[in-house]
Amino acid sequence: MSAPQVAQHNGPRLLTGRHVSLDEHARTNGVLPVVPNLIDVVTQSGLRGRGGAWFPTGRKLTTVAENARKAGGAHVIVNGAESEPCAGKDKLLLRSVPHLVLDGAELAALAVGARKITVCVHRGAGLADGLRTLIAERAARSWGSGLPVEVMEPPRWYVSSESTALAQFVDGGPGKPRSVSTYVSGVDGKPTLVSNTESLAHLALIARRGPAWFRAAGTAEAPGTALYSVSGSVRATGVYELPVGATGWDILNAAGGQTAPLRAVLLGGYGGTWISPDALAHPFTPEALKRVDASPGAGVVVALPQGACGLVETVRVASWLVSQNARQCGPCFNGLPAIADDLARLTWAQDHTAHDRLRFRLGVVNKRGACGHPDGVVKLAATALRVFADDVHAHLAGRGCAGWHRPSLLPLPTPPSPNEGWR
Amino acid sequence: MTQHLKVDMITCDGHGVCAELVPELIGLDEWGYPIVSTAAVPETALKHVKKAVKLCPKLALRLTER
Repeated sequence: MSAPQVAQHNGPRLLTGRHVSLDEHARTNGVLPVVPNLIDVVTQSGLRGRGGAWFPTGRKLTTVAENARKAGGAHVIVNGAESEPCAGKDKLLLRSVPHLVLDGAELAALAVGARKITVCVHRGAGLADGLRTLIAERAARSWGSGLPVEVMEPPRWYVSSESTALAQFVDGGPGKPRSVSTYVSGVDGKPTLVSNTESLAHLALIARRGPAWFRAAGTAEAPGTALYSVSGSVRATGVYELPVGATGWDILNAAGGQTAPLRAVLLGGYGGTWISPDALAHPFTPEALKRVDASPGAGVVVALPQGACGLVETVRVASWLVSQNARQCGPCFNGLPAIADDLARLTWAQDHTAHDRLRFRLGVVNKRGACGHPDGVVKLAATALRVFADDVHAHLAGRGCAGWHRPSLLPLPTPPSPNEGWR
Repeated sequence: MTQHLKVDMITCDGHGVCAELVPELIGLDEWGYPIVSTAAVPETALKHVKKAVKLCPKLALRLTER
């Protein structure tokens, strides 16, 4: 295992391996601190959003706080909805260190001038009731800011965990994306900070230990540790915490290493990017991965073994993503089925026309929806065509493939039932 | 400060009025939805652009400054 080319790091900061009660949390981390200049502290720490965009959290807080002053209030949503099928970090954090996440949410709420916090958790994960009990315990023991904290379960649709969709759902509407940024108008028409559970857990520690402590791990551009949900051809599927800047190989080795020679890795999630194994030598920072047209996203890493067909996997996932669109934007509800159909035709029917048409359609559909859903499908398909170029040729030539009869490596959860709808 | 066209894709129904009025800045995809140029709206096109904004049946087209 090669040594990570990053700053010294003394073990996990977030992952405890078990549930931490409020008593233990108080002993380990101390009381909820009062940090009047929290936004400056977070900005100096260099924390970047772990929900996938890696946007500087300090800048996000600054914008929402400014808008909140003008609008006379704000709202905070903790995004633990995690509808990404291969991701597990939100559920793990909310089970093991809920008080760190809740502390982070309260500190962020105080900093931006929010009056209410909503924690959105994955429906059906069995998290909501336990969290409500913990929130009641905090209130009974006068822990925290005294701000009201509620727990909600948005529907399991893939796009329902997108920030504007969460805001609309919390507002009483369907869990579908909206056109207006939550920075401007979210819950009750107020500016709304939507932040990932991991970002808030880091924030809770930064508020207590300071920016220099945070920067002792990770890289200068992307400090701290990050959580990676590792699955596929690895010995120990799970969520692992590594300093940002760890390479792809470091991350796979944290999960016990590969169980077979690798064909490719899916990075970031279903709306993410396929990368070839040579890219695993890169540090997994947003900057380094940008050079190979990828991003660590929300930390999803799935190892695809040789013998599996990345193209076949992509066809299945693309069709699943089609089923998850909110049917709101023309380029998305028309374009995604067309893209999935082209992918299927070139994979199963030796359709060269579909291959050419697909390349054109990927360019047409990209960036044209209200949310990032179509862009994710485009990224998945475009990187599949590049990384699995040999398989594309083999399929178009009708040579068949070894992965033909293998069961799907990437899980395809049953979509919400029709009567569940979008509420 | 330059002016740019922006379409709210959730509201847009693909009537195509905008592409008829400002073909130099708006095209239609194969499903009839507008592909809007990200370039600044030139002075010469402004009159037609304003008309397109006004005549969009869903009021999905806007002129924004940036």
